[in-house]
Amino acid sequence: MAEQAITGYKRWLESVGEQGVFFKSFFRNIFRGGFEWSEFVRQCYEIGYRSMMLVGITSFIMGLVLILQLRPSMLQMGAESMLPKTLAVSFIREIGPVIIAIICAGKVASGIGAELGSMKVTEQIDAMEVSGANPLQYLVVTRIIATSLMIPLLTIIGDAIGLFGGFLALNFTDDISFSLYFHKCISSLEFIDLFPALVKTIFFGFAIGFVGCYKGYNSNKGTESVGIAANSAVVTASLWIFVIDAVAVQITSLLFYR
Amino acid sequence: METEKKHTEENKKLDKNEIVVDIDHISKSFGTKEVLKDINLQLKRGENVVVLGKSGQGKSVTIQCIVGLLTPDNGTVKVFGDDVAQMNDEQLKELRTKVGFLFQSGALYDSMTVRDNLEFPLTRILKITDQAELDKRVEEALEGVGLTDAIDKLPSDLSGGMRKRAGLARTMIVRPEIMLYDEPTTGLDPITSREISELILDMQKKYKTSAIIITHDMECAKITADRVVIMNEGTYIAEGSFDELKKSDDELVRSFFNETT
Repeated sequence: MAEQAITGYKRWLESVGEQGVFFKSFFRNIFRGGFEWSEFVRQCYEIGYRSMMLVGITSFIMGLVLILQLRPSMLQMGAESMLPKTLAVSFIREIGPVIIAIICAGKVASGIGAELGSMKVTEQIDAMEVSGANPLQYLVVTRIIATSLMIPLLTIIGDAIGLFGGFLALNFTDDISFSLYFHKCISSLEFIDLFPALVKTIFFGFAIGFVGCYKGYNSNKGTESVGIAANSAVVTASLWIFVIDAVAVQITSLLFYR
Repeated sequence: METEKKHTEENKKLDKNEIVVDIDHISKSFGTKEVLKDINLQLKRGENVVVLGKSGQGKSVTIQCIVGLLTPDNGTVKVFGDDVAQMNDEQLKELRTKVGFLFQSGALYDSMTVRDNLEFPLTRILKITDQAELDKRVEEALEGVGLTDAIDKLPSDLSGGMRKRAGLARTMIVRPEIMLYDEPTTGLDPITSREISELILDMQKKYKTSAIIITHDMECAKITADRVVIMNEGTYIAEGSFDELKKSDDELVRSFFNETT
C-alpha cells in the first residue's frame, strides 16, 4: 500500500517535471522564428468559430435560466429592478468565464488531446520532424496561442448572448425594453468587473491549450492512449480552470477590493 | 532548389563504395527491456539493404536512430561520416534533408489533402514558395507513384496502398540520398505489396538512392534487396544475398526464412 503511494507520488512528480520541460519547450519555440501563421489561423477558426454555436447556446440558456431562478427570490425581497444588475455582474465576473471555459475544456482540450494523440500513434509527429518541420512549433505553439486568444473572444461573445438570454427571460414576465435592460446591465458594470474577468480567460485559454497539447503530444503509442489523452485533457483542464479561477479571485480581491 | 542541386552534385562526386550509413555497436533499451544488442550495419551508396526480422525485434528502432528520432544508449550512428548523436538541431535538420523516412502507416497528415502533404516538406526543406513550382513538383511526384487522381483527396479517402504511395511520394519529393523504409508493405494485399516493392526499386534506379528496408515480407525482400541482414532478438544473426541466406547451412537462418515466408 505504502509502496503504491510512493510510486504514485513519484509518477506525479515526474509528470510535473515533464510539464515543466514541455512549458519551457513551448516558450522557447514561440520566439524561435518561422511562426506557422497558416496553421495558427486554421486553429483560430477551428477553436474559435467552430465553438461559437456551442458557447452561444449554452450562454443563452444560462442567462435565461439564471433570470428565471433569481426572479422569485428577488421579487420576495422587492428587488426585482436589481435583476439586470445581478445577472450582469454575476455573469460577467464569474459565471460566463468559468462556464464557457469548462465547455471549451470539454470540446477543445479533448479535441486537441485526441488529435495530437492520434498523430503520435500514427507516427505523424515523427513524420513531421523528419520532414524538416518543428512539430512543437507547428502543432503546440499554434494551438496554445490560438486557445489563449479565442477563449477570451468566445467569453465576450458568450457574455453578450447570456445577457440577451436574461433579457428574454425577463421579458416573459415583466415589461422591460431592450434599451432599458442593457442600460441597467452596462451601467452596473465597472472596469474592475470586466478587466480581471477578461484577463483570467486568457489563462483559462492557455490552460486548455497547454493541457490538451501536453496530454496528446506525450500520449503513449497505442489506440487506447488516444482516448486516455482526450479524457485526461478534459479532466485536467477543467481542474486547472477552477484552480486559476480561485487564484484570480484572490488576486482581484487583493488588488481591487481592499 | 539550391539544396537539391547541391545534393545532385554531391551525388555525382561521391564514390559508389562510400559508406553512407555506419551503425557501430549500438544498443538501446526501453526501461528494463533491451531492444537492440550490439548492432552493426553499414550501408553503401546506391545499395538497398533489407533488414528482415519478426515484429518487435528492434528493426524500426534501428532506423529511427539513423534520423535522430531516437538516440542509442551505446555505440555510434554515423551518416555521411557525422555522428548523429552529436548533432545540434540545425545539423539534424540538414541531415533530414538528405535522409527520407517512409513510415509504416504512411504517416500522412490527416488534416491535409494529398497536395498539402506533399507541399509540406517542399516548403520547409527546400524552402520553395512559388506556387507554380510547388504544383509542378507535386504533380511530378504523384505521377511517379501513379496517384495523380488523388491530389485533392484527404488521407481518409485513400486505401492503404494509396496512402503508402502518397507517403512514398512525399518522402521522395525532396530527393533524399538515403531512404529508410519502415515495413513498406505491411497490411497490404500481395498485388499492392508487389507494386510498392517495384516502386521502391524504381526509386533506387531513378534517383540513385541508398536504402534500408525494414520488412518481414519475403517477397518485398526478394524484389528490392541487394543485401539482406537478418535480425533476431535485438541482434544481427546473418548477412548475405537473398539466395545465399535462403540456402544457408545455419538452421536458425533457414528456420527464420521458413517462418517468415
